[in-house]
Amino acid sequence: MERMREHEQHEHAGGQHDHNDSTGVKLHEGPMDLAAVRAKLQSKTDKQYWRTLEELAGDSQFEELLHREFPRQAPSEWDDSVDRRDFLKLMAASLAFAGLSGCGRTPEQIVVPYVKQPDGMTLGKPQFYATAMPFGADAIGLLVESHEGRPTKIEGNPDHPSSLGATNVFAQASVLNLYDPDRAQTVTKFGEIQTWSLFVESAQAIAASMKGSNGAGFRILTGIVTSPTLAAQIQSLLTLFPKAKWHQWEPAVGDSAREGAKLAFGSYLNTVYRVEKADVILSLDSDFLGSGPGHIRYAREFSRRRNLDQFFERDRSGPEMNRLYVVEPTPSVTGATADHRLPLRASDIEVFARALAAKLGFGGSAALPPGAEKWFDAVAKDLQNNKSRSLVVAGEQQPAAVHALAHAINAALGNVGTTVYYTQPVEGRPVNHLESLRELCGDIYDGKVETLLILGVNPVYTAPHDFDFASKIKFDEKRKRKPVKNTVYVGSHFDETAELCDWHVAESHYLETWGDARAFDGTLSVIQPLIAPLYHTHSAREALGAFSDKPGVSDYDALRDRLKAANPSADFEKFWRKTLNDGLVAGSAFAPVSAVSKLGGYDLPAIKTTSAGDIEFIFRPDPCVYDGRFANNGWLQELPKPVTKLTWDNAALVSPKTAERLQLAHNVAWRGGEHGKVYSNVIDIALSSSKVTAAAWVVPGQADGVVVLPLGYGRKRAGYTGTNKGFNAYAVRTSDALWTASAPGSAIKKTGEDYPLACTQYHFNMEGRQILATGTLAEYHKNPNFANELAPLPPKELSLYKGEAEFPYNRDKWAMAIDLNKCNGCNACVVACQSENNIPVVGKDQVMRGREMHWIRIDRYYEKLKPTVGDAAAYDESLDNPPTFFQPVPCQQCENAPCEQVCPVGATVHSAEGLNDMTYNRCIGTRYCSNNCPYKVRRFNFLRFQDWETPQLKLLRNPEVTVRSRGVMEKCTYCVQRINNARIESEKANAPIPDGAIVTACEQACPTQAIIFGNANDKNSRVAKLKAQQRNYSLLGELNARPRTTYLAAVRNPNPELESA
Amino acid sequence: MSDGKPPVDSPEIRRLTPVIGPGHTFGSVTDKISSIVLTRPTSLGWYIGFLIAFSLMGMMTIAIGWLVIKGVGIWGINIPIGWGFAIVNFVWWIGIGHAGTLISAILFLLKQKWRTSINRFAEAMTLFAVACAGIFPLIHTGRPWMAFYMFPYPSTMGLWPQFRSPLIWDVFAVSTYGTVSLMFWFVGLIPDLATLRDRAVKKPLKIIYGMLSMGWRGSARHWHRYQSAYLLLAGLATPLVLSVHTVVSFDFAIAIVPGWHTTIFPPYFVAGAIYSGFAMVLTIAIPLRKVYGLEDFITMRHLDNMAKVMLATGLIVAYGYFFEFFMSSYSGNKFDVFLVQQRLHGPYAPFYYALILCNILTPQLLWSYKMRHNVTVLFIMSIVVNIGMWLERFVIVVISLTRDFVPSAWGRYSPTFWDWATFIGTIGMFVTLLFLFVRVLPAISIAEMRELVAETSEEKK
Repeated sequence: MERMREHEQHEHAGGQHDHNDSTGVKLHEGPMDLAAVRAKLQSKTDKQYWRTLEELAGDSQFEELLHREFPRQAPSEWDDSVDRRDFLKLMAASLAFAGLSGCGRTPEQIVVPYVKQPDGMTLGKPQFYATAMPFGADAIGLLVESHEGRPTKIEGNPDHPSSLGATNVFAQASVLNLYDPDRAQTVTKFGEIQTWSLFVESAQAIAASMKGSNGAGFRILTGIVTSPTLAAQIQSLLTLFPKAKWHQWEPAVGDSAREGAKLAFGSYLNTVYRVEKADVILSLDSDFLGSGPGHIRYAREFSRRRNLDQFFERDRSGPEMNRLYVVEPTPSVTGATADHRLPLRASDIEVFARALAAKLGFGGSAALPPGAEKWFDAVAKDLQNNKSRSLVVAGEQQPAAVHALAHAINAALGNVGTTVYYTQPVEGRPVNHLESLRELCGDIYDGKVETLLILGVNPVYTAPHDFDFASKIKFDEKRKRKPVKNTVYVGSHFDETAELCDWHVAESHYLETWGDARAFDGTLSVIQPLIAPLYHTHSAREALGAFSDKPGVSDYDALRDRLKAANPSADFEKFWRKTLNDGLVAGSAFAPVSAVSKLGGYDLPAIKTTSAGDIEFIFRPDPCVYDGRFANNGWLQELPKPVTKLTWDNAALVSPKTAERLQLAHNVAWRGGEHGKVYSNVIDIALSSSKVTAAAWVVPGQADGVVVLPLGYGRKRAGYTGTNKGFNAYAVRTSDALWTASAPGSAIKKTGEDYPLACTQYHFNMEGRQILATGTLAEYHKNPNFANELAPLPPKELSLYKGEAEFPYNRDKWAMAIDLNKCNGCNACVVACQSENNIPVVGKDQVMRGREMHWIRIDRYYEKLKPTVGDAAAYDESLDNPPTFFQPVPCQQCENAPCEQVCPVGATVHSAEGLNDMTYNRCIGTRYCSNNCPYKVRRFNFLRFQDWETPQLKLLRNPEVTVRSRGVMEKCTYCVQRINNARIESEKANAPIPDGAIVTACEQACPTQAIIFGNANDKNSRVAKLKAQQRNYSLLGELNARPRTTYLAAVRNPNPELESA
Repeated sequence: MSDGKPPVDSPEIRRLTPVIGPGHTFGSVTDKISSIVLTRPTSLGWYIGFLIAFSLMGMMTIAIGWLVIKGVGIWGINIPIGWGFAIVNFVWWIGIGHAGTLISAILFLLKQKWRTSINRFAEAMTLFAVACAGIFPLIHTGRPWMAFYMFPYPSTMGLWPQFRSPLIWDVFAVSTYGTVSLMFWFVGLIPDLATLRDRAVKKPLKIIYGMLSMGWRGSARHWHRYQSAYLLLAGLATPLVLSVHTVVSFDFAIAIVPGWHTTIFPPYFVAGAIYSGFAMVLTIAIPLRKVYGLEDFITMRHLDNMAKVMLATGLIVAYGYFFEFFMSSYSGNKFDVFLVQQRLHGPYAPFYYALILCNILTPQLLWSYKMRHNVTVLFIMSIVVNIGMWLERFVIVVISLTRDFVPSAWGRYSPTFWDWATFIGTIGMFVTLLFLFVRVLPAISIAEMRELVAETSEEKK
């Protein structure tokens, strides 16, 4: 497909405001109090003129109108209307065209077709714009697909360093956040709808009152700010109010990386890895392939070193595969990919790191966690043998000391400059977030804070529970006063924090605003809006601006001014256009700075260990809802978590052995069963003088004595989708144990109740079947064909139709190859598919009945397990640390498809290109095809799962894909709409479709390029080359379904020293 | 005989046990049977029974209505278990529908006289069972209003059904079976309807029965034509008895699901169908002869014969189970081997053991003459077999689907309220139709009974 990236036309944003005054937009239709008018007239003495009766009556709405910037163009109807439905009805109708103008608030207009088609746009053809999604200390570069002004699909920006064309689940799902019907839609004060100008007025009044005290009582609270423009805005505000303070709190990132760098280098520095250059990698509880800044790029780089096929990079030097060691307390995506994984308690990881540092040159010796000796020796040796080609990565949730040690080890191994480098921080102002929040809470407690401005973070929900942030801004019943006089919250939802603040400014989505953000390596990425704000929302920068001496500067102007100042070039317009086109400022990545580890000896903070009998509780951001900000996103709620495959809930994760000791069990329910509903025991966790009740879930491979409490659930005010799902781990998270807390075993008590959890894959044993072929590099060298030898394929001559030629497929022959050696189970493909193909969200109840609709699922299997007989789920030592593998399973597009034979109405038929097509109109829903599908990839609309009413969701849908009704079967189509687009282009050009012109949604999103789609007839296509490899095999090939989707066996590269054990 | 006690069992006794009570004449037979319809007052019991059955049928109507409003998601089906109660019930009802045609057609062709007194209501039962069965394939589809796509009609799009699908074969097999059974039943009814017309006192009844009897005057020509037609229809219906359940079994045998993909299915399904059909005939015959005092017409000889048929078909079914088990284990196919283990040890194992108990072990009691002649035992046995045959379909349809090829997709099934409501509702509909049938039509063929009286009196001479 031709990827078009269009330059954003901005001129109209100002231009179009002018010529529309005569369209007669109604200004105001509120009820007028005539009695008040009469009273006013009688008492009037001084004022002679009035413009309208409204003004005379002193109608505040009229006064507000006078103060508006563009009174005639602002859709003032909304001021009266709190009826969301009416609002949305009108909005939906106007959006399709209003959105086309791209930015700025455009007036209501009569809906007519274009008289003059906008440049570069063909109706019915999507356009792609480059933008970026700010996320923590990173910005993910994106290309967003836009249909007639509606952003519908997020794709990665191949030119952007943090994306390289791929995305993660959060970026993919963020487009649903834009259309979230529960988003806050306007400014409110004490829950009452207000106008923006009224807010600006109040902000100005507050600012004026602070002038005298130099802003002594003014506090700003943000998350991590990587936007230079926003940081500059805050800075200018701090200049205006020298005594004001800027606090930061990012709940799920933590301070360890920052503080670790400070410990090692004396100043805050940003660490960037060059994973591709490393032959041996040790992860100290770091999920660098699955989360954290730059993880998409790291996953790509890592996977490049897992190629066993040499056609991508023939000239590559060094060993065939890299080797990854992971020490971690709970299985992560990275741990599942590792060649060697050692489960250790979180607090033991620092012990391990100290011992490693001692061994690798610091001298001295340190004790090792029990059972890790052999492993430790092998890793240390392997690292030493690969000096300057190795890498040690410390996890975000590990204490600063581990980071400092990792820096020191990398330095000792000579890795700095090759596999790792340091830059200045990407954040606008790096601070210790915990201390920053503590200071803010202290100041509020001391009564020093008069005005608190919270930008985009939700501290009432996320702050450590001992800070009791809610009490800091809530009305104090005892003292009969509010601790903070003015509280202003800028957030996308009316959430827990909004509820307690005076003002709530609805925040715009990043697809609605202009802005910028730095990526993990410092690259300045430009955030370009795809649509005018759907509602009366404003960016954090605008809200901040309301307090400044220059309110009303648009985001667009602020961004341009900043870029202009930073890049004084002769032809700024050209630079600007290029920047917008690329989505980033070329060459803006930070240069490496030389950093020498000052860590000598052991001047590290005292180690915090958990005593042997205690249970260690660790807090982790949830892989689906992160810190809770995605709680109202249905795609992410319904996304099975990579390792546990739970949806819609979090659970306290325990190891099999701990579960046995605490007598925690699962009970597979009859309805839905292993593919849906599992009852688990409910436990009370008493921790840090607080308590939480959670469902317990047993996770094979988890370190013994560790309980994981995933953050982000149990929200009280997230919206329809996210409220009251799971349990709130923040309730037991305190400032002295942000990531790891320990308590005696008695902290966990079984309540005796059971809780149903929606788990999409409870059975994780392959039962000795040829499902997921795995081997080691040595095995692969000995017998590259090992994957095909488990079950022989039936000969083609078995057919009854002797002498009849097989269908030749001499046009194109679409096929897919999935490299299991690269897949790390990150789920990006699942959400990408959901977004591309209008796949509905069905809700927890339906998932528990085994009816989730994902067209591609990621199966997770553990290897080397004993076969299951019956239903036994008793403890088994093979579950302590089983090798974990992931297998994405979309429709296999069988050539000899079992589903096609049995459909009574021919609703699923074969195309001449070998696609197994679904004809929704023809399907009557017998479900016979699904029964006969050996891969069970077909999905049935048991009920009307699609939301046909909510207007926002209509905007979200991909117009190229049918929205299915109830009662029909659906399944992966190989993104046939993309194939057809490419075909149209190729027929226009009268040329064959080139390899890579069709990129399926799953392939596009995949950070590791595990999924490759193409034409198997083209011998030079990537897919044909992959299929020519010997480790290519068909899933359940012995059934003779002849799938077009084939798999490449996973090959691990274990250390022979450890392997022999 | 010397000690004065009647002998318990001997071939002689068996041969002499009559198929009609002694002392009956043409008149007494006609009186007795037609009185049930025409003169006997409707009993309170009939009303109560009808009301209960009709309420259950009403529940079915509500369940189907809700289904149409909401979708098949109100049932317990899911992915991977795409077929649940609906298909289990369909196969069960179709199986029950087998006995009628078997009794009427095959036993007619084989000149088994004892069939005479039970064929009428067995045929009616067949029709009603097929009606119950026919509901399910329609409503189990996701979009029942589009189910007409399954018929080969000349559509403007030039689309035809997909003839390779066993579901299409089903459509033809079941609809043909239903049609032929209806014709057979109706043709057999014509002389009796004429009798009722002649005996009816009330005008409306005269008109209705008159229209239904299609001008039957009982002339020799009529009888001649009638008997040829009946014989032809019997010939036509005979292969259908074997074909319908064979085709139904193809729904499973053609598929690749372990537990479905078995060549033994066609004969084993047919035997199972006859097994359950005869069980159902017993379940109906025993109360019927009791309530309406028809012991003279439905004698112990009938019950004994039906019990023997049950025993025979039950043994065929047992053979089927054994070979299904043996072939799966012997094949070395890991999926089939696994399936056998699942049946024996899996989460649904109790169902399999219950099935063995109901279908194989319990019927072995029928080897005993005493048991075959104990009406209570026979009645309970017939119910047990019906339950067993339902379990068999549940084991085949549902349990095979729960754990097939890819372990990640394994799941479980449990029915919802609406599954039960629909199932019990069809039983209600079945009973409702039976109640109406015995009330308005002769439950035993008067004409054939008269023939039998003539023949037995001839034999005596």
